[in-house]
Amino acid sequence: MSNQIKHTDCYALALHHRFQWEEAQQNYVILFPEGMVKLHGGAGEVLKRLDGKATVGDVVADLKATFPDAANIEADIVGMFELALSKGWLRQL
Amino acid sequence: MTQASLGESVVQKTVQAQQNNGVAASATHTQPLWLLAEVTYRCPLHCAFCYNPTDYDKHTQNELTTEQWLQALRDARKLGALQLGISGGEPLLRDDIEDIVVEAKKLGYYSNLITSGVGLTEKRIQAFKEGGLDHIQLSMHDITEEINNFITNTKTFELKKKVAAMIKNHGYPMVLNVVIHRYNIGHLREILDMAEALGADYIELANTQYYGWSLVNRSQLMPTKEQVDEAEAIANEFRANPNNKMKVFFVVPDYFSDRPKKCMNGWGEVFMIVTANGDVLPCHSARVLPNMTFPNVRDDGLAYAWQDSPAFNKYRGDAWMKEPCRSCSEKENDLGGCRCQAFLLSGDAEAADPVCSKSPHRHLIDQAIIDSRNPQAVAQPIVFRNDKNSKKILAGELDDRVKAFHAVP
Repeated sequence: MSNQIKHTDCYALALHHRFQWEEAQQNYVILFPEGMVKLHGGAGEVLKRLDGKATVGDVVADLKATFPDAANIEADIVGMFELALSKGWLRQL
Repeated sequence: MTQASLGESVVQKTVQAQQNNGVAASATHTQPLWLLAEVTYRCPLHCAFCYNPTDYDKHTQNELTTEQWLQALRDARKLGALQLGISGGEPLLRDDIEDIVVEAKKLGYYSNLITSGVGLTEKRIQAFKEGGLDHIQLSMHDITEEINNFITNTKTFELKKKVAAMIKNHGYPMVLNVVIHRYNIGHLREILDMAEALGADYIELANTQYYGWSLVNRSQLMPTKEQVDEAEAIANEFRANPNNKMKVFFVVPDYFSDRPKKCMNGWGEVFMIVTANGDVLPCHSARVLPNMTFPNVRDDGLAYAWQDSPAFNKYRGDAWMKEPCRSCSEKENDLGGCRCQAFLLSGDAEAADPVCSKSPHRHLIDQAIIDSRNPQAVAQPIVFRNDKNSKKILAGELDDRVKAFHAVP
């Protein structure tokens, strides 16, 4: 794990941010004042598991079970948390 | 409101975010992401820097109905739009913003009311909150009552502070937009302190761009290069202080740059604007361009407007470019800049944006900068944005003034 993100951490979407599936774009987006980002599939899979209770460890375990063939998935997931935190899309609960 | 607040800066923010890993760039070129609903051109403020068309008066009597707006929202959403700006003029002069907000929520837009604050009451903000409005962007003008009231040609200073508190009390993120010009650029530090004290989450420092009313007032509004550099340094200093939580966006004024802005993030790439009378535009001031017919929601669907209308396709991509843009190695960075600015200043809508140092018209920008230091030009009265002046411009009574800033094609 990275220095910043711990398995026991629990994150949620930052205030005033909205996460939703976009049918027209066929991807997940995060919407916030004055901006939006389109998410790659992997990032969307991480964010949709943040229900206010799931820890980083839970998300990693769930994604490993869902995508057993994906190599090195844990590093990708942690990288996604790091990016989302640095962008202010997430807040720690 | 300002072009910058809705135009390229908004998209630049998106683009900057999209340059990071985990995030796809908007490269499809097929879907609008932003719908700007300019629901009325009526406005209680008379700001000298307004980008609205100077002939707006002809569009104050033929506004779309509520049902037409709701239909436009539905149609744009189907095309992919998901950020909705409700703007004007002053949108709160319409009494159906509540209905628009409710529909926007139902459709899954992230909705933003862009307002001067005039007309925002407890009752209305509560209805917006319940209806699902996502945020409110409030324009602020200065820390001094004197400059606020002068530049807007109204007495609205105290009201703005009250509205800011109201927005905060209702749990909204507070997004302030400050248009920067000669009269307030020297107060930037104080403006940032005021915004922080008001509890703003975001502040956009939008240097005036010269379209519509701001173009005919350019000599009076344009700050000096030194003032702009100092303002940017102050904004950077504020951002670097870890005690400051507010996010600061500084929209660089293109006249002082040697490359143009990627206007609207590209013509017909992500922005769709529906104006008060139903015209569908790829950018705020596109109606200044000659020999163009823009689609209107009363006649054509938004799908036609976006995908098939000649107007939206005219400057998509780079096939329309002339030299020096056509063979320029940087053309993808800015797509030749702004078509409206090219036309307004050079008389040729397909010329390179005169801001570019490679443009044969760059001297026009340099002259504008010189003029802004010319005491005689500066001493001319400001033409405030109001119905009376708009009627005068329509009647040709201010032709000398308009011609001083517009090229004659």
